[in-house]
Amino acid sequence: MPFGRKPNEFPSHLWTQCPSCNEMLFNKQLARNLNVCTKCEHHFRLGARERIELLVDKGSFHEHDASLTSGDPLGFIDSKPYPERIAAAQTKSGEKDAAIAGSAAIGGNPVELVVMDFEFMGGSMGSVVGEKITRAAERALAERRALVIVSASGGARMQEGTLALMQMGKIVSALARLDEAGVPFVSVITDPTTGGVLASYASLGDLIVAEPGALIRFSGERVTSGTVGEKLPVGFGRSEFLLEKGFLDQIVPRGQLRERIAYFLTSFRAASQDMRWSL
Amino acid sequence: MLDRIVGAKKLEANGHLPADADLITDSAQLAARATPWEAVQAARNIKRPHTLDVVARVFDHFQELHGDRGFRDDPAIVGGIAELDGRPVVVVGEQKGASTEENIHRNFGMPHPEGYRKAIRLYRLAEKFHLPLITFVDTPGAYPGPEGEERGQAEAIARAIFTMTRLQTPIVVVILGEGGSGGALALAIGDVVLAMQNAIYSVISPEGSAAILWRSPAEAERAAKAMRLAGPDLLDLGVVDALIPEPSGGAHTDHEATAKAVKTALVAQLAKLERVAIPDLLSSRYERFRAFGAFAEPGTAVAPPPAAPWWRKLPKMLGRDRT
Repeated sequence: MPFGRKPNEFPSHLWTQCPSCNEMLFNKQLARNLNVCTKCEHHFRLGARERIELLVDKGSFHEHDASLTSGDPLGFIDSKPYPERIAAAQTKSGEKDAAIAGSAAIGGNPVELVVMDFEFMGGSMGSVVGEKITRAAERALAERRALVIVSASGGARMQEGTLALMQMGKIVSALARLDEAGVPFVSVITDPTTGGVLASYASLGDLIVAEPGALIRFSGERVTSGTVGEKLPVGFGRSEFLLEKGFLDQIVPRGQLRERIAYFLTSFRAASQDMRWSL
Repeated sequence: MLDRIVGAKKLEANGHLPADADLITDSAQLAARATPWEAVQAARNIKRPHTLDVVARVFDHFQELHGDRGFRDDPAIVGGIAELDGRPVVVVGEQKGASTEENIHRNFGMPHPEGYRKAIRLYRLAEKFHLPLITFVDTPGAYPGPEGEERGQAEAIARAIFTMTRLQTPIVVVILGEGGSGGALALAIGDVVLAMQNAIYSVISPEGSAAILWRSPAEAERAAKAMRLAGPDLLDLGVVDALIPEPSGGAHTDHEATAKAVKTALVAQLAKLERVAIPDLLSSRYERFRAFGAFAEPGTAVAPPPAAPWWRKLPKMLGRDRT
C-alpha cells in the first residue's frame, strides 16, 4: 500500500527504543530490568519512587517532610508564573517537589535518604529541595545515621533567584557539621546532574559514585556555548570521563547500587571501633 | 550570641554596640532605585573599582600570595595578607580587568578550579593564624569552559563553600560588583555579607537565564528584571545584611570615596565580630544560612498535642494535685 500509513509496529505505550543501541525494548521488560537496556545496559532515567524501592530494604522507608511545598519569593514570571509551573509539575508527577526524603535501611544500615526526581522541573533545587536535604542531614546528625543523597538535577531553580543559590550554602553548612561529627555521607550521582547541585552537595560525599553514562557537568550545554562560544565534544562530562579525571570513586551499575552502598556503610561501621556514628 | 544582620539596631537596643553610621540596612532608605538592567550595567562597568583597586586603598601593606600549590596561579582570583586599620587580615577576591588586555589576562573575572583552590588555601591560612577573612566577590560566574570541567570546577566550588561554612575565624563578605552564581558563593559564605549599593548577586547570569528560560541570550534584560538581583532586592530578601553606599554617580566615578566607604564598613563589622567567641560565630553563621527558604508546610504546624486521658484529670477533679 504505497499511500497508506504503515501500521505502527511498536506503539510507544508498549515499546521504547534504546537511544544507545536502537534496540526496541518491551516496556514491561524494561521496567523489570530497572530501566536498564537489556541489550547494551544503557541506563534510562529512573523516577524517585522507583529509585527508593530499588535502594532500600523492603518496607523500611518512612517518608519525612512530605507536605513541604514551594513559595514564590520573587513573584517570578517567565513564559508563565512560577506557581503555575509548580502546580503543573505537581499534577504531572504526583509529587510536591523535586526531592523525596525519608528514613530507611540499606542492607541493614540505618540511613537518611534523599532522592531527587528529574521529572519535576528538571530536578531543580529550590527552597523545598534545600529544606528537605538540610533536615535530612540534621536528622542524620542527631540520630547518627549515614546520609545518602541520590542526585538528578539541572541545578539551582532559577525561579527562586538568589534564595535558590542560598540553598547551596544552607545544605553545605549542614553537611560540614555531619563531616565534623564523623557521620558518613554517600553521594550517588545519576543522569543528569549539573550546575549548583553538582557544585555543592553532590561533589561533597565521603564517597561519590555515579551510574554509567550519566551526564555530570558544572555548566549546561546552552550556558557553555552561549557564554564561551565553544561546542563541546560528544561524551564530554559523562560518568566515565569524570572517573578518569579523578572526581568519582566508582561507577556502579544500577542493579548493584544497593549492595555496594550497604557494603560501604557496613565497612565504615565496622572500622570505627568506638562506634562513633552507629546507633 | 551575635545577632544576624549587621546587628546595628538589635544590638544597639541591648545597649551593646554602636550603630553602623554609613550602611544601608533597609531598602526604604534609598531615594531612588535603579532599574534591574541599569544595576547590571553599573555592576559591570569596566571603570568600576575592582578588587585590587579597592584593596590598594582600603588596606595597608598588601602582600599578594600566589598559586594553589597544585596546578597554577589563577589571575582571576587574587589574595594575600594585608593590614586593615593596623590589624592583619587575609583578603581574597575575584579580579576583573580594567581594559580588554587585562580582562583577557584575568579571564574576565571567571575563575578556574585552581583559583578556588587557591582561595581555599588562603581561607585555611586565615584560620590557622587566627586572622579575620575578608572576601570581595566580583565575577560573572565560574569559567564554564571544558578546561574548568576537566579540573573539577564543581568540586572546587563545593569545597570552597564547605570550607567557609566551618572556618574558625570571622568572615566578612563584600559583593563588590557582579555576584554570579556558584562562582560567587564560593567566596560568599560569611558572618556578615555586605554588597555595594549597585552590586548584583544572582543564581545565574541574566544572559544564562535568558538562554535557558527564553532560549535567547538577547532576553537578558527581561531576565534581569524577573530575577531581583539588584542591591535593594537582595536586602529585602535578606541575602545581604547591608549595602555599602556608593558615590552619587556610582562607584566608578570616585574610587577614593568608594574605598573609604568600604573601609568604614569593614572596620566596624570586624570590630563587632571579633568580640564573638568562635563557637558562637559558627553557630550564628550556620543559622544565617539555615534560615533561607520560601516554602509552606501545611498540616504539620497545627498538629495539636494528643488529648490527655480522662484519668489524668482525676486528681484535679478531686481537688488533689499530686504533681
